[in-house]
Amino acid sequence: MMNEIKGASVVIVGGGVTGLSAGWWLARDGVDVLVLEKGLIGWEASGRNGGGCSHHHSPLFAEEQRLWPILDDMLGYPTEFRGERIRLASSEHQMALYGRALRNAERQGFQSEVLDVRQAKEMVPLAGDTIVGGYHYKFGGHANPHRTLQGYAWAMQDHGGRLLQHTTVTGFRSEGGRVTAVETDRGVIGCDSLVLAAGPQTGRLSALLGQEVPVQSARCEMIVTEPLPLMPLGGVDGCGLYGRQTLRGNLAYGGGPHEWLALAEQGTPAKPTTPLMLHMGKRLAELLPKAAHARIIRSWAGVIENTPDGRPVIDRLDSQANVVVATLSSVGFGLSPASGHAIRDLVVDGECGFADISSFKLSRFAALEPNWRELQGWQVTAAAEVLAA
Amino acid sequence: MNIPASDPKSVTGKPLTIDANVDVLVVGAGPAGLEAAIGAAARGFGVLLVDENPVPFKTMGDEVPLHFGQGMAASARNRNAMMEAFVASEPRIAEAFEAGIDVRLGTACWGLYANGPALGWMPGLVAGLADEERSFLIQARHVILACGRRDMGLGFPGWEKPGVTGATAALALATRYGALGPRKLVVLGSSTEALSTALALREAGASIAAVVEQAAEIVGDAALLASLREGGTEILTRHVVREAAGRDGVEAALLARLDEAGKPSAEERSLACDGIVLAVGTTPVIDLLDAAGGKVAFQPERGGYAPVLDANQRTNIANVHAVGDCAGIWAAKTRDRAIAEAEAACAVAALDAEAITVTASQPPAPEYDISAYRLAWVRASVVEARAEFHVCQCEEVTAREILEVRPPRYLDWQNERRNDRSLAALLGDGPPNPDQVKRLTRAGMGPCQGRRCREQVAALLALGAAQPLSAIPLAGYRAPTRPMPLSMTLSVPEAPEQAEHWDTWFGMHAQWRPFWEVPERYTVAGNDATGPVASE
Repeated sequence: MMNEIKGASVVIVGGGVTGLSAGWWLARDGVDVLVLEKGLIGWEASGRNGGGCSHHHSPLFAEEQRLWPILDDMLGYPTEFRGERIRLASSEHQMALYGRALRNAERQGFQSEVLDVRQAKEMVPLAGDTIVGGYHYKFGGHANPHRTLQGYAWAMQDHGGRLLQHTTVTGFRSEGGRVTAVETDRGVIGCDSLVLAAGPQTGRLSALLGQEVPVQSARCEMIVTEPLPLMPLGGVDGCGLYGRQTLRGNLAYGGGPHEWLALAEQGTPAKPTTPLMLHMGKRLAELLPKAAHARIIRSWAGVIENTPDGRPVIDRLDSQANVVVATLSSVGFGLSPASGHAIRDLVVDGECGFADISSFKLSRFAALEPNWRELQGWQVTAAAEVLAA
Repeated sequence: MNIPASDPKSVTGKPLTIDANVDVLVVGAGPAGLEAAIGAAARGFGVLLVDENPVPFKTMGDEVPLHFGQGMAASARNRNAMMEAFVASEPRIAEAFEAGIDVRLGTACWGLYANGPALGWMPGLVAGLADEERSFLIQARHVILACGRRDMGLGFPGWEKPGVTGATAALALATRYGALGPRKLVVLGSSTEALSTALALREAGASIAAVVEQAAEIVGDAALLASLREGGTEILTRHVVREAAGRDGVEAALLARLDEAGKPSAEERSLACDGIVLAVGTTPVIDLLDAAGGKVAFQPERGGYAPVLDANQRTNIANVHAVGDCAGIWAAKTRDRAIAEAEAACAVAALDAEAITVTASQPPAPEYDISAYRLAWVRASVVEARAEFHVCQCEEVTAREILEVRPPRYLDWQNERRNDRSLAALLGDGPPNPDQVKRLTRAGMGPCQGRRCREQVAALLALGAAQPLSAIPLAGYRAPTRPMPLSMTLSVPEAPEQAEHWDTWFGMHAQWRPFWEVPERYTVAGNDATGPVASE
């Protein structure tokens, strides 16, 4: 297969949701696009998240909300998207905290309802007496990350886009301030444009191009229970947890502390879980007391990158004119229909045509302290040598 | 120098609540685990020996930890009697008690945690344990895994009926508890392991109506076969089960002869029986090790995916050993417990030792090609089945749905207008990965945690890709390796500093600032973001 691929008009490094969505948007425009993935698509954070689609703080919010309800039709594959969310509060403090979503969304034309205890219990049959109220957001929702991921990839291929898994990028070739080819462990692949959407690897790879996107990796965890009868609305958060009841009925939830990591240069990072599972389980039993009998059947971890302010970078590099870098900074799944669209716009049109994404510019870090990781306390404790040979 | 405080929302500085510290934790009180525990205690180590058996009747009904297939007699409900039988059937358990070892039966180990490249938070080796009442964490300087074996599932129409059980499960019920319900059995498979199981079941009072083998020849020991034949067992080579017939449980096995092409022929017969024993393959129980990030590899001489060990039974995780069946299964080892005990002695000798003189014996070359053998069984029984059935019983996924990578039926997805996206399409993108197929079809995602279908799904993918089993990656195991009710998590208290700083996501103010309020420049010193941080 590799012998046949000499190049593509646009090469995208990273087969996560962001890269695949961008690949799909480009392919449906007839652009000759190739996605390179070091392992399997969606094997990192893209396939390991809560599936939420409700990011009212983001300039991509309106586009996110426009696309999700029509995404199954656009892709031709199921994403398991279901609209709307509920957030339960178990204290007045939480009630106040969660109100921000309502205000942010209202400003952008999306409605919510405040639920009293009785209404909240009606809408969330697994809830119990621990709650003081909640919000019903008439926007957002949740989808199945794995299925969505595969949907992007297949839809991209349906439009003529190509995907190369198990291919590690080792370097770049450039000429006159433009990247001309991507070096991989399976050969050199020419390109007219390059998109870096390599998750935690985006930092290291962008540094190779002379302009580093500052990111630090961390490990986060989730749990999932056996299936339970379906609630009317699966996207129920609260109690310090995010997550959803899947359409199969499982409760898939995450939250709690993360561990900052030093990322290995190459390869797929290990993703061990920890006993945090127990503390997520405890909160889930508090959030949904009528599910307390349900059994946890798996837990998992994902390795995910954050920029210093936790906000995305979607921008063109100054150092190489034909490169677009994209990291969604740990909040990428739900926004992926819109982030792919924005990347397509940057590649094809030079600017995003549907939203003001100036707050995603890399230049905001121009004055960033070089020791920002240390200053923010993002210390790494894991040592690679702990594992015996 | 002013050292900045660590991110309060990270795990740094959040201690785990550890119930006890021990020198050596041994998981599993079979021959290897007992030898390890007794040997370590004799060397002066403080030892905690846990074994999940006997599991409660309800747990057995959930196919944990083995494929019991509802083959339990009513007497298995009597927990005290089960406990007594369990202890009585293994004299060395009493020996361990007498040696002053902290032996806890009915206590499962559901998680093992070790620091590594992507985890630095653990105070050392940590294990999650649970009895019927509570979950708790213990810390151990050394862990010796002696988790035993599990049966490969093999489906056919009706295999979900009560009475279709794994060989290891049937053997435990019959020989340890005297609680195997079915009395007249058909055994599938003819390896030495399978034939020994059949003989042991016969010894325990069951009648073995037939040994069924898809291959043209018996693959196991001829003397064992002769003994079975003498006892009146029919030996049916080139046969498979077409269906487990019966209303509320197995009443007969419908058998068919395989034709020259290996396909079941119309030549069928019904054999009355109330149990069908799946003995086509056993596999080491590696769930704890794999979930902890330990190295495993497909090793046919060890029965399939097994830990990668050094000559002293060390895994690649420091201070974690694997001994007994979970370190590898081969016929001689099954017959002679001294081999497993020697592995345990070897691991014990290596505890805190620099120079080691003892080494365990290595497995001989496999007696038969287990990859080809298991694939042949799955082809004849599952792929060539005359009716669709659920290979994954929990999530009700058929072989066709796995091979076609169909979305689960509850989605009622009709709209595949563009392309036929089957396994063939995935294969175009690289070798098949059971975890990927699992995520798309849900096969293996249910409460039995893939114990009944993991090896079958791997075999289906191997057949679909025309690859040997060794080419199919292991579908990953995850903690908890035993299902755990949410309510059980309450028994492990959370550190107050963790509760205080718990956040839904990273707890970064700047991350959730609405885009219309984001400043043009970001520096750590200039970061003035405040307010709610919970991701909303």
